[in-house]
Amino acid sequence: MPNLVSAPDRVNDFVIKFANVNGTGSASANSLIMKAIFRMGVPVTGKNYFPSNIQGLPTWYEIRVTRDGYAARAGRVDIMVAMNAETYSKDVREVASGGYLLYDATWPRSALLQRGDITVIGVPLAQLVNENFDGVRNRILLKNIAYAGVMAALLDIDLQVIDGLMSESYGKKPKLLESNSRALRLGYDYAKEHLQCPLPLRVERLDKTRGHIMIDGNTAAGLGCVYAGATVGAWYPITPSTSLMDAFKGFCERYRVDPATGEHNYAVIQAEDELAAIGMVLGASWNGARAFTPTSGPGISLMNEFLGLAYYAEVPCVIFDVQRVGPSTGMPTRTQQGDIMLCAYASHGDTRHVLLFPANPEECFYMAVKAFDLAERLQTPVFVLSDLDIGMNDWMCKDLKWDDAYRPDRGKILSAEELASLDKFYRYVDRDDDAIPYRTLPGVSPKGAYFTRGSGHNQYGAYTEDSAEYQVVLDRLKRKFSTAARYVPKPEFAGKGDSKIGIVSVGSCDGAVREAIDVLARQKIAVDYMRIKAFPFGHDVESFLSLHATIFVVEQNRDAQLRSLLTLETGVDKSKLKSILSYSGFPMSCEPIVDGIRATLPDAPRLTAVTGKHTR
Amino acid sequence: MSFINKPKVAHPSLPTNALGMTRRQYEGSMSTLCAGCGHDSVTAAVIEACWGLDMRPEQLVKLSGIGCSSKTTAYFVSGAHGFNSVHGRMPSIASGANAANRELTYVGVSGDGDSLSIGLGQLVHAIRRNVNMLYLIENNGVYGLTKGQFSASADIGTKAKKGEVNQSPPIDPVLLALSLGATFVARGFSGDKAQLVPLIQAGMRHRGFALIDVLSPCVTFNDHEGSTKSYTFTREHYHAAIEADFVPPAEEISVDYREGEVLPVQLHDGSRVVLHKLGASYDPTDRSAAYAFIEQKLKQNEYVTGLIHINEDVSHEFHNLNKTSTVPLNRIPYEKLSPGSTALEKLLGRYR
Repeated sequence: MPNLVSAPDRVNDFVIKFANVNGTGSASANSLIMKAIFRMGVPVTGKNYFPSNIQGLPTWYEIRVTRDGYAARAGRVDIMVAMNAETYSKDVREVASGGYLLYDATWPRSALLQRGDITVIGVPLAQLVNENFDGVRNRILLKNIAYAGVMAALLDIDLQVIDGLMSESYGKKPKLLESNSRALRLGYDYAKEHLQCPLPLRVERLDKTRGHIMIDGNTAAGLGCVYAGATVGAWYPITPSTSLMDAFKGFCERYRVDPATGEHNYAVIQAEDELAAIGMVLGASWNGARAFTPTSGPGISLMNEFLGLAYYAEVPCVIFDVQRVGPSTGMPTRTQQGDIMLCAYASHGDTRHVLLFPANPEECFYMAVKAFDLAERLQTPVFVLSDLDIGMNDWMCKDLKWDDAYRPDRGKILSAEELASLDKFYRYVDRDDDAIPYRTLPGVSPKGAYFTRGSGHNQYGAYTEDSAEYQVVLDRLKRKFSTAARYVPKPEFAGKGDSKIGIVSVGSCDGAVREAIDVLARQKIAVDYMRIKAFPFGHDVESFLSLHATIFVVEQNRDAQLRSLLTLETGVDKSKLKSILSYSGFPMSCEPIVDGIRATLPDAPRLTAVTGKHTR
Repeated sequence: MSFINKPKVAHPSLPTNALGMTRRQYEGSMSTLCAGCGHDSVTAAVIEACWGLDMRPEQLVKLSGIGCSSKTTAYFVSGAHGFNSVHGRMPSIASGANAANRELTYVGVSGDGDSLSIGLGQLVHAIRRNVNMLYLIENNGVYGLTKGQFSASADIGTKAKKGEVNQSPPIDPVLLALSLGATFVARGFSGDKAQLVPLIQAGMRHRGFALIDVLSPCVTFNDHEGSTKSYTFTREHYHAAIEADFVPPAEEISVDYREGEVLPVQLHDGSRVVLHKLGASYDPTDRSAAYAFIEQKLKQNEYVTGLIHINEDVSHEFHNLNKTSTVPLNRIPYEKLSPGSTALEKLLGRYR
């Protein structure tokens, strides 16, 4: 299997994979290495492949050092840090030919696990740590720091940068700082003395991370909710969305507690289930607060009934769906884009919902704000479809910026004064010919009172079983969805626009698609690219689809859900749309896209075979 | 049942409250329930209670789920916003609405199907969360809109209209609420408006979750011989034991109560509930005793009505626990909610 990049120069361009046991504190050692590389000005990605478990099961962490700043998973492993005996045989097999493997040489390895085409490096990590530290738990934790020290020596990572990171983490706990620094040096010094350092795969300072941060999408989205002015968050814990509410709450504790009174300018409610969580969001939004709920696929399934009510009674609400692998409980700690159809048409009856598709944490921040503006402007649920890869992994993003001139778009809410000037208020009348009615808030004026109901209602808000009256409202809701298409973010385009081949994708596929476009360009294959950022689709989407003869729809699910949505909601000729699908549960890499496109061209050999890829 | 509209003009001599409003101005649209439905009497009691409290209509928020009882929020105080949500989920709507604006008065109307079957989980958690609201259960032991199936409050041995006998034990909302530590638990009877009105007023003014289980017979599907929720059976077995008078903050207690017979309880807003005690030993602030007493009376087929338990400790009311801003969350200006660009720049240091 040849590597995509076969140049001998592998400085700042390689992949390290750490194989650990979860619950042993390996995450801090691994992120220490990642952050150190980032601080040396070299772009990195960090992907955590963890089990749905608290302690004792295999877990992996993959760092891609990428001087070109690619955001996707690489699809290969150059250095394996094999710290889990249970997965060792599998981990050995995964290393690319010519790669390296680091293992704990305290215990002997089976001869059966030899591979002639990789370099195996043994360091007696447990022995080193046991000789220098006491306590079982302490030794387990510090062994991780010790291998971080070995890696620093092998990869030529600046020790001062690591020291800086550690003193930031343990600055207030000098004993911890001392033991961690000592463990780091144990590994580092051993490597310097016994191994050939550095490896040809190494880190060299660049200046490519200035103006950037490393942040995960859930944190960024939680922060976005704070800046959007959200005051009520209701949720039920579910992987992988939990850290979004944790982040919101943490930021609120920092920014939303009145210093004079100690009063909270927010309320976070842990609901009894997702049904209640969305109910609380509707209640709060209906009552004039910006409210949201973070959840994942199973939560959306439970919320369906209320989502139909929100659509029909026109109650704004914001839902973050951090997608994970389905169906059913599925694989809660793996990523997928499997909820596109579920969210687009959530609930019984004729419903259609506004969806936003962030591609990275940076967009999670801005789209969180946008979601609230859209929900209130359009008086309807707005879904932000993130996924586990975006939500829980650290991505290198441009610095988040905030415009202090921003003010929330509260949409059409009538004040007491405006109500006083009206002859009579009717909730669902299309006064402005944009299919968006006016709403009122409780507590403002008896003249604004109306009865919100999910049962059949006419445009005056009254109960009805009259066909014509019912249809007036339902037809306006359809027109409102067309209005929504004018408000939602436009797609992002790449390429010269003159290729016959187009790629259409969404969300976290973006990194893999952009890398694939570069690979194809080097092979003299030019493609155009459209990344859809929202549903409903606007004219831009229609015209891209009509201008390209062959269109590859790249997405991370089995059933080509984005493709289905495009065929249902645009005039595109279905036979033009070819799917490139990845549903392994791991973030997508560029190979299936390159292969999928090349397979349709004459005389194009396949590049690689990667699991979870399927072309049809 | 009627589809005619109510006349808009009221007789000029109708009595007015402190806001100059007549009772008629607290009415809603015409009821579409069956003639003689207990729920309409409860609606009348709510109207009387709001009128008597001099409540500004827009200060009231009416919430409900699905079922005959849930329809009634349309039949009172048309000047208040109403939210008729989905089956069994009214408590979550109420919790969210209350979180957004703590200043308004929230009244949820539900039934025994809506609250004790499909919505049991939400009811229980609204009590646990101690949401500041009045929760009325219009309890008739049957599903009316789907034509007479037993509900979870149907007593063992009670007979359905077509003769089926219920075998499953009932869930009693009063015992349920007491066991969960609800801070205001009462039972009323739709046929006893004099008792019900002050209970509703006290429940609205109580800070915390107030539950009133109102026995409200279904004339169409559960008013026959052999039913334990019929008008006849209820009149024979309900026991107006713990009468309560509601005294608004500004008023003096004017009636002469005999020493030891009454227990005045001060509500958080300064109003008082004066409880006529059952006997020297009954203390409605003692939750365990209240539970034991109600349970014993139920075994004797006796529905004790009145204010059964009250606890004016407001420390674990939702907003007090949450330390929510006294200015309602939906009115805090955006400038106070956004940390601004400088704070963001500073925060980014954490992610480098």
